[in-house]
Amino acid sequence: MTENNTREEEVLAKLDTFDELPDAPPKRRIKLSWVGKIAVAVVVFWMIIIVIGPSIAPYHEMDMEGEDGFLDAYDNFYLGTDYLGRDTLSRIIFGARNTIGISILATLLAYCIGITLGIAAAVKGGWIDMCISRINDSILALPSIMLGLIAIAALGSSISILIGISAIIYATSVFRIARALGQDIMVQDYVEAAKARGEGLWWIIKSEVLPNAAMPLATDFGLRLVFVVLFISSLSFLGLGIQPPASDWGSMVRENLQGLTYGSYASIWPACAIATFTISINLIVDDISAKSGGSLAKKMV
Amino acid sequence: MIFLRSLAVVLLRKWYKTMDKLLEVKNLKISARSDEGKEIPIVKGVSFDIFKGQVVALIGESGSGKTTISLSSLAYTKPGLHFAGGEVLLNGEDVLSMAPLRQREIRGSNVAYLAQSAAATFNPAITIGEQVTESAVLHGILSQEEATKRAEELYRALELPDPDRIGHRYPHQVSGGQLQRLMAAMALCGRPDLMVLDEPTTALDVTTQIEVLKAFKKVIREENAAAIYVTHDLAVVAQIADYIVVLYSGEIMEQGPADQIINSPTHAYTRRLMDAVRPKPGAGQGVEVSGEHDRDIPAVEVSKMTAGYGGVVNGEPKVTILRDVNIKVKNGQVMGVIGESGCGKSTLARVMAGLLPQAKGDVKLEGDKLQGSLHDRSLEELQKVQFVFQMADTALNPKQLIGDIIGRPLEFYHGMKGSEKHRKVSEILDMVELPADFASRYPMELSGGQKQRINLARSLAASPEVMLCDEVTSALDSIVGANVIKLLTSLRDKTGVSFVFISHDLSTVASFADTIVVLYAGRVVEQGPTDEVLTPPFHPYTRLLISSVPELRLGWLEETMEKREMAVGISKGVEITSIGCPFYNRCPNAIEGTCNVKNAPIIELNNGHQISCHLKLTELNDVEESTNAALSASESNNVVSISSNWDKS
Repeated sequence: MTENNTREEEVLAKLDTFDELPDAPPKRRIKLSWVGKIAVAVVVFWMIIIVIGPSIAPYHEMDMEGEDGFLDAYDNFYLGTDYLGRDTLSRIIFGARNTIGISILATLLAYCIGITLGIAAAVKGGWIDMCISRINDSILALPSIMLGLIAIAALGSSISILIGISAIIYATSVFRIARALGQDIMVQDYVEAAKARGEGLWWIIKSEVLPNAAMPLATDFGLRLVFVVLFISSLSFLGLGIQPPASDWGSMVRENLQGLTYGSYASIWPACAIATFTISINLIVDDISAKSGGSLAKKMV
Repeated sequence: MIFLRSLAVVLLRKWYKTMDKLLEVKNLKISARSDEGKEIPIVKGVSFDIFKGQVVALIGESGSGKTTISLSSLAYTKPGLHFAGGEVLLNGEDVLSMAPLRQREIRGSNVAYLAQSAAATFNPAITIGEQVTESAVLHGILSQEEATKRAEELYRALELPDPDRIGHRYPHQVSGGQLQRLMAAMALCGRPDLMVLDEPTTALDVTTQIEVLKAFKKVIREENAAAIYVTHDLAVVAQIADYIVVLYSGEIMEQGPADQIINSPTHAYTRRLMDAVRPKPGAGQGVEVSGEHDRDIPAVEVSKMTAGYGGVVNGEPKVTILRDVNIKVKNGQVMGVIGESGCGKSTLARVMAGLLPQAKGDVKLEGDKLQGSLHDRSLEELQKVQFVFQMADTALNPKQLIGDIIGRPLEFYHGMKGSEKHRKVSEILDMVELPADFASRYPMELSGGQKQRINLARSLAASPEVMLCDEVTSALDSIVGANVIKLLTSLRDKTGVSFVFISHDLSTVASFADTIVVLYAGRVVEQGPTDEVLTPPFHPYTRLLISSVPELRLGWLEETMEKREMAVGISKGVEITSIGCPFYNRCPNAIEGTCNVKNAPIIELNNGHQISCHLKLTELNDVEESTNAALSASESNNVVSISSNWDKS
C-alpha cells in the first residue's frame, strides 16, 4: 500500500510541474545513409573535376594526339580515343565544365524565374495569377525539345542562349510547384495571423512563405537539375547544343555513336559520366526528402 | 458502507469470472526505438480483460498510450513502435504471435476499428453502402445481398434517416453525426466480436455527441458486441462503459467497474481527471471580476452588424452568416460566445479582427469606429485587437523559432530590437508560465498545450486591449485545457485585457466568462451576464445546449433523452434562415405561423440579460417549471454529485 502511495505521489508531482510532455524530441540533423554518402562523394568528385579539370587532363580537349580514331585504352589514353583520335578521358574532363556548369546555371535561372512568378501568382491571385498561369500553360503544352529546337534555330546556338532557353523551359514546371506551394501556405493560419497583425506582403513572403516552401523546392531542385542535364545533352546529341569542337557529354555520345559498331567504348564513357552525375543527384535528393528536416532547407534558401 | 461496497465489488468480480473472456491483455509492453537505437517504453506492462457484451473504456490524457493499447487488439502498432512483451489473447489465441495472414483474417472480421474522424475514414468517391459492406464481403462473412440487408438493419438500429436509401448516398451528402454513426455500421456489419472505438465523439458538438452516443449505446446492447472505448472524457465514459481502465503514461493507475470508478475512485490521478470534468454549467461558477479595469466605454462594441461570404451585393452578402448582431465587451472582462458549429462564432471574431469586412453595421473599439478591412486600420488599432487561432499547430510557423514568433509583434508594433526584445520575450514566456529557454526551440519541439501557450503569448506580445480567442481549448485534453483557462483568467486579472472567448463547450465558458452570448444560425438568441444566462428563464436553444452537456454520472444519457427539448432538438442541424426565428425547426415550443414568419422580438430582463424569442416571459418560465418538476423527481434519488465527492476527499 505504501508503495502504491508513493507511486501516486510521483504521478501527481509530475502533473503539477505543468509540463504535459516528457521531453522535447531531439533536434533533427540530416544524416545520410551510406548510399547517400557515396552519391555525395560522386557529386563532389565532379565538382572538383570542374574546378581543376583542365590542369589534370592528360591532353587538351581539341588535341588530336591519338594514333587513330576509336582505339581502346593504350599508353596515356586511359579511356581510348574518339572518332577523331582525341583523348576520351580529357574530353570528358573538359566536358564536365560545359555540361554540369551550364545545367546548374540554367536550373538556378529557372528557379529564380519560376519562384518569383509562382509566388507572385499565388500571393496576388486574381487576374495576375490568371495571366501568368495561362502563359505558363501554353509554354508547358509545347514539347520541350521542339521548343528548344525552334528557339535555337531562330536565335542561333550560343552558350548564353542555351542557358536562357533551358531556363525558360524549366521555369514553367518550377512555376507550377512554387504556385501550388505558395497557395497552400498562403491559407495557413500562421499567414492569416501575420495578415491580421498587419504585416506587409513582402515580409509575409520572406518570413512565412519562402522558409516553408524551401524544403520541397530544394528537393525538386535536384530533380530539375537532372532534367536540364539530360535536356542539354539531348540538344547536343541533335547537334544544336554545344558546338564542336568544344566537348560536352551529350554531343560526345552522338559523335562516337558509330564507334559502337567497331566495338569502341568512346560513346559509352560520356554516357556513364552523365549517368553517375544524374543518378547521384537523385540519390541525394531521395535521401534528404526521406529525412527532411528544417535546417538544410534554411541553408539552401 | 465501505464494507458493503467491497462486498459488492467482490460479488461483481465473481460474476465477471463466470462470463466468457473475449480479450485478455496480459502484461502488454510496447516500445519505440529512438534514432540511436535506445528503447523507449510507451506501454509499460498493462493487463486487463474484456468479456463478451462488455464495453471497456480506456481513459487518460494524450500520451497515456490508450490508442496504442487499443490497437494491440488488432495486432497493430503505429509505425516506429513494436511489441516488446506480453500477450493479447483474443478468444484464447495470442494475436501478437499469429501469422500475418491469420492477423489479416481477424482484422475487420473479429475485431473492427473505428477511427476518430469519420470524415477521414470514408472515401468520398464511393457510396456509403458499398463502404459499409465492403469488409464483411471481403472477408467472406456475408454475400453482398446479405451484407446490404444487414447494413440496412444497422442503419435502422442506429436511427439513421431513410435507412433504405442512405446506402446509395455519398459521404458528403450526410451530416457529421450521421457519418460517425455510419462508421459504426461499417464496423458492425461483419458481426465482429470486438469493436475498437477511438475517441468517436471527441470532435463533435455536444448536441451531436449525444445523438451519436445514444445510437452507439443502443446498437452495442442490441448486437451484444464488446467494445474498447478510447477517450479522455470521463463524462462520456460514464454513459457508455461497463468497466473503466485509467491510464497514465503507459501504466494502469486504476481499473474497475464503471460504477466504482465513477462513484468512488481510489487513485488520486482518477480524482484529478474527474476534477477536470466541469460541473454542469450553472449560475455562480464564474469568477467575480474586481472591476478595477472598468471604464465607461466598452472595449469593443458591435452594432447592427451583418456579415457573410461571397462579396456584397446591394448591401447584403451573397451568403449571409451573421445577421443584425449587437454585442458589447467591457474592459477587463471575458465575453463567452457559444453555439454549435456553423452558427457563425468564428465569423464574428473574424469580423472584429478585420479579417472579414462586415456588410452592414459598425465595429467600435473604445468608442472609435473601426474600418471593416485590415488594410484600412491603423497600426495602433491592429495592435489593440489580437486574434488567437484555434489550432496552435497551424497557427505557428514551423520554420520560426519561438523567440522570433513572440518577438515579431514586439518589433512590429513597439519597435523593440536586440537585447530589449530578448528580455521582453523572456518576460512574456514567463507570463504564460514557460521557461525562457523555450525561445530557442521550434514549435515542433513543444507539446500541444505548450504550443497553445505560445499562440497566446504571441498575441499578448502586442499588448492588446482585446484578445479574440477562437476555440483555444477545444483541441486540448481536459487537464491541459483547464490549465490554459487558469492562465487566461490570471492574464485578465493582471493585464486588464478583454477577451472574446469562443467555444462550443458551454461548461468551459460558464466557469470563466463574465458575460455570455448565445449565437444560433448567425443571430444572437440570448445574451447577458453569465449568472443570468445560466439561470432560467432560458432561450429554448440555451436550454438545449445546457442539457446536452454530459454529466459525470451513470444513467445521465437515458434521463436526458427523455426530455422534451431533446426529442425535437437533437439530430437536426443548424439552418441559416433570413425570416423568422432560425431555431424554429428544432424548438419544442415553436408556434407555427409566428416563429417561422416573424423575426423574434428581444425580451429585456434585468442586468442587460436579453432573450430573443416569441414566447412571453411567463411562458418561458412555465416551460422551465414543468421541466424542473419532472426532473427533480428523478434526480433526487440517484444523483451522485461529483463536486461534493471531490470536496470530501
